[in-house]
Amino acid sequence: MQLYLPIAEVSVNIFLILGLGGLVGVLSGMFGVGGGFLITPLLFFAGIPPAVAVATSPNQIVASSFSALLGHLRRRTVDIAMGSVLLAGGLAGSALGMVVFNWLRARGQVDLLVELSYVIFLGTVGAMMFVESVNALVKSRRPGARPKRRRHNWVHALPLKMKFRVSGLYISMIPPLLVGLAVGVLAAIMGVGGGFVMVPAMIYLLGMPTKVVIGTSLFQIIFVTAFTTMLHAITNQTVDIALALLLIAGGVVGAQLGSRIGARMRAEQLRILLALLVLAVCGQLALGLVLRPAELYEIELVDAA
Amino acid sequence: MIRLAILLVALAMPAAQPARAEEIVLGLSRDEVAITATFDGSEILIFGAVRREAPPPPNAAPLQVIVTVSGPLAPAMVRRKERRAGIWTNTEAFEVDAAPSFYAVATTAPLAQVLTATEDLRHAISIPRAIRAVGNRIAGAGDYVSALVRIREDADVYRLQEGAVDLEEETLFRTSLALPANLVEGNYTTRIFLTREGAVVDSYETVIGVQKVGIERWLYNFAQERAALYGLMSLALAIMAGWAASAAFAGWRR
Repeated sequence: MQLYLPIAEVSVNIFLILGLGGLVGVLSGMFGVGGGFLITPLLFFAGIPPAVAVATSPNQIVASSFSALLGHLRRRTVDIAMGSVLLAGGLAGSALGMVVFNWLRARGQVDLLVELSYVIFLGTVGAMMFVESVNALVKSRRPGARPKRRRHNWVHALPLKMKFRVSGLYISMIPPLLVGLAVGVLAAIMGVGGGFVMVPAMIYLLGMPTKVVIGTSLFQIIFVTAFTTMLHAITNQTVDIALALLLIAGGVVGAQLGSRIGARMRAEQLRILLALLVLAVCGQLALGLVLRPAELYEIELVDAA
Repeated sequence: MIRLAILLVALAMPAAQPARAEEIVLGLSRDEVAITATFDGSEILIFGAVRREAPPPPNAAPLQVIVTVSGPLAPAMVRRKERRAGIWTNTEAFEVDAAPSFYAVATTAPLAQVLTATEDLRHAISIPRAIRAVGNRIAGAGDYVSALVRIREDADVYRLQEGAVDLEEETLFRTSLALPANLVEGNYTTRIFLTREGAVVDSYETVIGVQKVGIERWLYNFAQERAALYGLMSLALAIMAGWAASAAFAGWRR
């Protein structure tokens, strides 16, 4: 069954888009990430113009994150104070990212920047997570291993300290602000919520307990992606509501399935799988940058002013 | 039957105006294409007849017909990738001033036989001629134009269909055109040329309107005219869908 998308101006197969949404939903339910880093490249592959894919993915992430956040709020695993600080950085980053996005688009370098950011971030995060989770898996098999004590590092020496009750932290506001800023820039440029950067950064950089990390990340991602959606809607008019609804419908069902699968697996195994997935997407994109493309030219439509 | 049709067409025409020796009378199966939510491409039948005051000279070359359909013209930026520091990146770009979003040429015989190069230049019929690239700011701009044509031919939005026009008795012609599913809105200019020995003897131009209708039209206008409200509506729908999913599955879990 075909549906003509009013903004993307292409006709797509409804079941293909529902399936893509569902697949990403399963992964996001299993791993607690928004799945934007997967859905945007998949939409390119399905023939959606990049500008529309980048602008519509955040809208879909709002829906899936909100659905997941409600569950976390019930379990009280959201640190609103930390989320708000991350958010302040995130909104600034999102506006900054939008400026960078439009500036680069005028120069035709947007694709390169998007792909490079994907490769760098997916590569770093994937490798870190892989090493860490393999270590954790090995340690958990060895009986009598002591849990590592939390150490103080340079993060704890910065000024503007603030209490984060739910996380049990007393740290400076600067690192969360910077993390939020970086994620906001990524959200605007790459069309992602940034969960795959945010989650490891909160665990390893800010030292937050793992159980509040996902809920807090979701909390701030909702606002950043909502803001990004608005920016794209107002400046570029490239948010396709029909496409978003299809993705959401597939995504919410997938997310519930995914969380059931996830509940039956061990945390370390889940993290290894997610790390492998992230590395695979990264490898695929890296090959595209290094190998000689089949077509050396590309066409970009110019708005007839 | 064909002869009867010719007769009817000939009778229907007021013979008063001093006309060229051969003239086109055109029909379209539809002169409007509506893009609805379930739009999946469209077929248009273009047909017509040649009206004559007098029979063609007995030793004249055979009559040929060329039909072109062109989507709205828009400038397009063509960028070239080059290897910089081991990475393939966009380097130089060339702006093609007016490239149709869709262009199809259908003929009765190979284009080289039915049209001379000068006539092509004058009427901008063939695919490369239909694309206007004013100025040669970059050396080798032709590479960019031919890349544009190549990419769009691969995407099947630029088509050369030689032999796709049926011409019967040098009088009745017809061709059918499949418009793709990823159609852009606008006026699609349809031109018909009659040629003899590569020279155009008559041409006719009409327009097929392509427009989004119903909810497609409404959503598109909404996104363009009330961008902020549209953004808020998208977000409200997303939040509602998220809440509904959470509520529905919370019930299922119990």
